[in-house]
Amino acid sequence: MRTVSTSPHLHSGADTQRIMLYVVYALLPSCAWGVFVFGLRAALVLAVSLAAAVLTEYLLDLVSKESTLWDCSAIVTGLLVGMNMPPAISLYIPAIASVFAIAVVKWTFGGLGANWANPAMAGRVFVFFSFTSQMSTFSLPRTIKAVEVASQASPLSLVKTVASSGQSVGLTSMQILAQQGVATSSFADRVQAATGIRAYNVDAFFGNIPGCIGEVSKLLLILGGIYLLMKKVITWHIPVSFIGSFAVLTWVFGGLPLGLGFFHGEVLASILRGGLILGAFFMATDMVTSPVTHKGMLVFGCGCGAFTFLFRTFGSLPEATSVAILLMNIVTPTIDRFMKPRLFGEVKKGGAQG
Amino acid sequence: MHPPERKEYANSKALVRLPIPSELVVSMSQHLGAPAKPIKEKGDHVEKGEKIALASSFISADVHSPVSGTIKDIRKVTMANSVTCDAFVIEPDPQQHEAFTKKVDYQDYSKEKLLEEIKDKGIVGLGGATFPLHVKITIPAGRKVDALVINGVECEPYLTADHRLMLERTKEVLEGIMICNRILNPARTIIGIEENKKDAALALEKEIELRSLPIEVCLLRMKYPQGDEKQLINATIGREIPSGKLPLDVGAVVVNVGTTYAVYEALAYGKPLYERIVTVTGDCIAQPCNVIAPIGAKVKDLIAFAGGFSKEPDKLVSGGPMMGFAFYDEETPIAKGTSGILAITDEKDYRKSACLNCGKCVAACPIGLVPTKLYSLITHARYEEAMANHLMDCKECGCCSFSCPAHLDLVHAMKFGKRMGRKK
Repeated sequence: MRTVSTSPHLHSGADTQRIMLYVVYALLPSCAWGVFVFGLRAALVLAVSLAAAVLTEYLLDLVSKESTLWDCSAIVTGLLVGMNMPPAISLYIPAIASVFAIAVVKWTFGGLGANWANPAMAGRVFVFFSFTSQMSTFSLPRTIKAVEVASQASPLSLVKTVASSGQSVGLTSMQILAQQGVATSSFADRVQAATGIRAYNVDAFFGNIPGCIGEVSKLLLILGGIYLLMKKVITWHIPVSFIGSFAVLTWVFGGLPLGLGFFHGEVLASILRGGLILGAFFMATDMVTSPVTHKGMLVFGCGCGAFTFLFRTFGSLPEATSVAILLMNIVTPTIDRFMKPRLFGEVKKGGAQG
Repeated sequence: MHPPERKEYANSKALVRLPIPSELVVSMSQHLGAPAKPIKEKGDHVEKGEKIALASSFISADVHSPVSGTIKDIRKVTMANSVTCDAFVIEPDPQQHEAFTKKVDYQDYSKEKLLEEIKDKGIVGLGGATFPLHVKITIPAGRKVDALVINGVECEPYLTADHRLMLERTKEVLEGIMICNRILNPARTIIGIEENKKDAALALEKEIELRSLPIEVCLLRMKYPQGDEKQLINATIGREIPSGKLPLDVGAVVVNVGTTYAVYEALAYGKPLYERIVTVTGDCIAQPCNVIAPIGAKVKDLIAFAGGFSKEPDKLVSGGPMMGFAFYDEETPIAKGTSGILAITDEKDYRKSACLNCGKCVAACPIGLVPTKLYSLITHARYEEAMANHLMDCKECGCCSFSCPAHLDLVHAMKFGKRMGRKK
């Protein structure tokens, strides 16, 4: 039988399902690291969020008489929800987050492509405000030297708590962590001895810090991000403008809350803490909820970076990345409206054509 | 944008002439504009190259018989682009006489005479748009052309007709270009060729140098859709045509290399445009080739000449795979605008997902449109808004659909939206 269809009769091979699978592949190393340092409990959390997301998608498909499981977007959402959970969390919390993400954030707005917020991100924020204490208690990774405590605040919130108590004026965040007796891995100690790079940064880069399952290993997340760039699932615009604007603002103003003055922000440490890397490469780049033009993506990324910086530095909550991205998700349609590509042959006002 | 080239099927195949088929179906509407008006009747005998239909309005073109033969019928025919129009069914004489082999000296023809000859020989743009050439190169008073751009880009995958022409008829093509040059008298004449046809560019350059012609060859980096007028003018002389404007508005005229060859034949031999080069190719064609075929030959004749199908194709396409028309009937005749006949395995995935807002179509659009936005407006019947968002600037080049991971029929929507928008 011969097909008659409108041109073009060739296709690039880009495909929704393949895009989603690429994202899953890019996330897996970081998940594996989370399971390695936090134990099988972390695997259980990941499994529960994944299962809850996929099951919710399946049940809603039955309701709306559709079939959307094949696009694999529910797998991405479930995985991201799990990665944003502390390892020791009660299992009903990731389940609630996944159900909320798929059913409320995605499905009620019309399913994949129609949601205004990144489902996983919104799911995380939802349970963060509902179960704040559980969501802020983190297990220590197994790579850290034995200490009495089994759980701890993340470095980000620890520094914030101390700084806001006003007892540490003039101390850098490194000094605060040391003062609080935060331990480092023996590997990081050796690196510090050999190269002078601060052990806290080394640990944060490799993922030897208390934190959410999938957001601790910056190394593996960055590698995953590079994989997505190579596979052309994402472009550089959002991660670079996000991290870049955050870095600049942190450098200029980041020292203020610690009483260090202007231009004393700890850029590297700030980038390596919290969910910034995961957010910049995997959450802010969510196609559905970010602008379509490259210009718009740059604006979006800068907005994410600026809000993350503001919330982190001057806000009352330790984590800021997800709220910042959520905020920019709201602005995305407006960005798309104003950041149109240049129409071919269009000359800027006042400019002459050569 | 870089679609797969797939030129290797036919780019080494020298031009060959199709034997005269047993029946030709010559359409009255093989050019942009009004269909031509028949001047022959059923039962009439016509000579090779005899005029059988006349241009019926300003934008229209004469049609000539490709053979000597008898008009068996005048009936409706549906062309590959789904246009249905009147056509002559011609049965060729068993004996075909040689015609248009004697050289004519046209060197002292005036500009007007040259234009008249071009009109008389029914020459239209052979790049695909089939715009009557005499209209295009008659410059209205007060307008100035300082650049003549010759389109040798052939950016559509699979197609190799222009490539072979430039390679094998180098002198003739250049002579045709010089005729256009004489008519327009531009400051610059530039041939734009993509890098995958370096051999043709070299052949042209060598000949230009030998005869010290005022023609430049501009080798362009591969980039689809560079063969589009707007893109080509930008690539060769760095001028952008604003929305809704024509090449003339930036002082340029674009003529396809195939057209310049037709111009050469029209003047040097007095030969009307009644045949053209068609690339018969695709993964389902046994022996892909570049064939000189009489207008009105049926697709089945061309395919049979190319050794038939090596396997049953999913799709027959007239033209290139990015902008060509899929059709199903092998009885369909070719026309002046038929640059290729493809028989291919369908690689398209028809499993659509929702639009992910990924922006790949936006990045791919050479005009700077937002296809995803237009798609959503058109599917919601908001045609006027789509027009306000520059829908009419869309060239239907196919870059958006080609890139779309959700496999949305973006080009289809654009075509439909334009139609609905024009109605209002």
